[in-house]
Amino acid sequence: MTIRSNIEKTLDNAEKLNGSLNSFLKIDRDYALRRAEELDNSGAKPGALHGFAVAVKDNICTSFSQTSCGSKILGDYRPQYDATAVSRLIDDGAVIIGKTNMDEFAMGSSNENSAFGNVKNPWDLDRVPGGSSGGSAVAVASGVVRASLGSETGGSVRQPASFCGIAGLKPTYGRISRYGLVAFASSLDQIGIFGQTSRDIASLLGVIAGRDKNDSTTADVAVSDYVSELDNDISGIKIGVPRALFGEGLDDEVRNSVENAIENYRKLGAEIVDVELPNSKYSIAVYYILATAEASSNLARFDGVRYGFRAEDAHELREMYMKTREEGFGAEVKRRIMLGTYVLSSGYYDAYYSKAQKVRTLLKNDFLSAFEKCDAIITPTSPSTAFKIGEKSDDPLSMYLSDIYTASANLAGIPGISIPCGLSSEGLPIGVQLLGPAWSESKLLCLANRFESEFPLSKKPEYFV
Amino acid sequence: MAMIKEEDIRKIAKLAHLEITDEEVALYTPQMADIVGYVEQLNELATDSVEPATGGLTPEGEATETKRRDVIEGSLGQQLALDQAPTPSHGHFRVPKVL
Repeated sequence: MTIRSNIEKTLDNAEKLNGSLNSFLKIDRDYALRRAEELDNSGAKPGALHGFAVAVKDNICTSFSQTSCGSKILGDYRPQYDATAVSRLIDDGAVIIGKTNMDEFAMGSSNENSAFGNVKNPWDLDRVPGGSSGGSAVAVASGVVRASLGSETGGSVRQPASFCGIAGLKPTYGRISRYGLVAFASSLDQIGIFGQTSRDIASLLGVIAGRDKNDSTTADVAVSDYVSELDNDISGIKIGVPRALFGEGLDDEVRNSVENAIENYRKLGAEIVDVELPNSKYSIAVYYILATAEASSNLARFDGVRYGFRAEDAHELREMYMKTREEGFGAEVKRRIMLGTYVLSSGYYDAYYSKAQKVRTLLKNDFLSAFEKCDAIITPTSPSTAFKIGEKSDDPLSMYLSDIYTASANLAGIPGISIPCGLSSEGLPIGVQLLGPAWSESKLLCLANRFESEFPLSKKPEYFV
Repeated sequence: MAMIKEEDIRKIAKLAHLEITDEEVALYTPQMADIVGYVEQLNELATDSVEPATGGLTPEGEATETKRRDVIEGSLGQQLALDQAPTPSHGHFRVPKVL
């Protein structure tokens, strides 16, 4: 088997399923086949990902393809450079096969905010795949690729991983370079990884993690050999359960399935302890102040001057800015830009933005205290299974609350992984989340790997290659 | 508790360089009021003695040396930098008249 023939099969699968699932915005057949041929002809094996097909979320810059951010305002924008995560994958021998659909500028939890049509959940086409990295989640869940890149600001990898029945990792803030990841909320954003299993995630993380001089927020912390540490013993690892978060708003089937997962971890030798995260219930409020404030500033650059879409018929500069942004941005992006502008505006800054920064400190301290008692914390990933398309699209606040279990990790800068822990009575996947202290990715992947090996899901989605 | 009114939405949109329509004002006003009402639950917490968290960095990230020597390194160059502009002209980004 040549790499070319493998990649050709992958591309055929992507094209075959895309009509139903809409997970790819662009399938880069010519580029991917050319790259595969180069690898076949070179003879050398640059790294462990030699010939490995990867899909990349369309807010991560690729010089050989488009980067639309799921937005009309960028459209077929073609970056002048590759994101560091992308160039490290390519240098290791991976083949990027295409760019995946997403909520516009990563703002959403359902993929209904894409300017290019929503992604469908391969378990049930009437349901959302989660968001904002829904396309990358579905590319993996439908079996097209074993792994893909997404991005996280408040749960945008873990939540769709949960809805689609796959593994999804949000690393520690500063673990993976954000160079070339189009900024949404810079103090929260991280590139994340989806895998059919945590082994796939480990193999990508080891390649793309680490200090990058082009991102001053990457930390000088040694990168572990995540793959070889996957099979470490988990007996005696302390897993904390924040019981107070298992109450109101949590779907009964999700609660039962997560309780069952906790019991299974106990059987595998982990020690289960109670922990408290008293301020977690405030995480969505803090998140929607800080994330929108940062977004209102970051998205100021989309004004029709240097790249992407420009509105016609504007006679002076300010009019051109306003028309371009009005026509180029979708409703959710405008809503968040306005919310961010409001919380930063004169007279409201202290009441909202400063207040939220202080509560962020309390959230961080909650985790520091909890991790004195345990090595990892277990919670549901999302309060429900995948909801129906259209079910929450008219009620932004209700949509925001689907990130209630995930946003606190972004605010605290800690890593988290979601893995499937069961199927609902309707046959939809349920996800369980493990959170760990900063730089504990290896331990989280190890815990995830052990669970996946012992308790795999009993079936595949309806749409699977 | 702040009350969000239609005139607030128009003012915010202007600050954010968004030329929103009357229909959007009608849509966003109750939604924004709803969201702002929700985030005001933070007022339950006493935070006078709490330091604000000003970024996402971990202690290890804070400790990482990020300065570099002040020497010129390669850059995109004018042609490539203008490559994605809607209407580049004579080595510049062209825009409608400013005044």
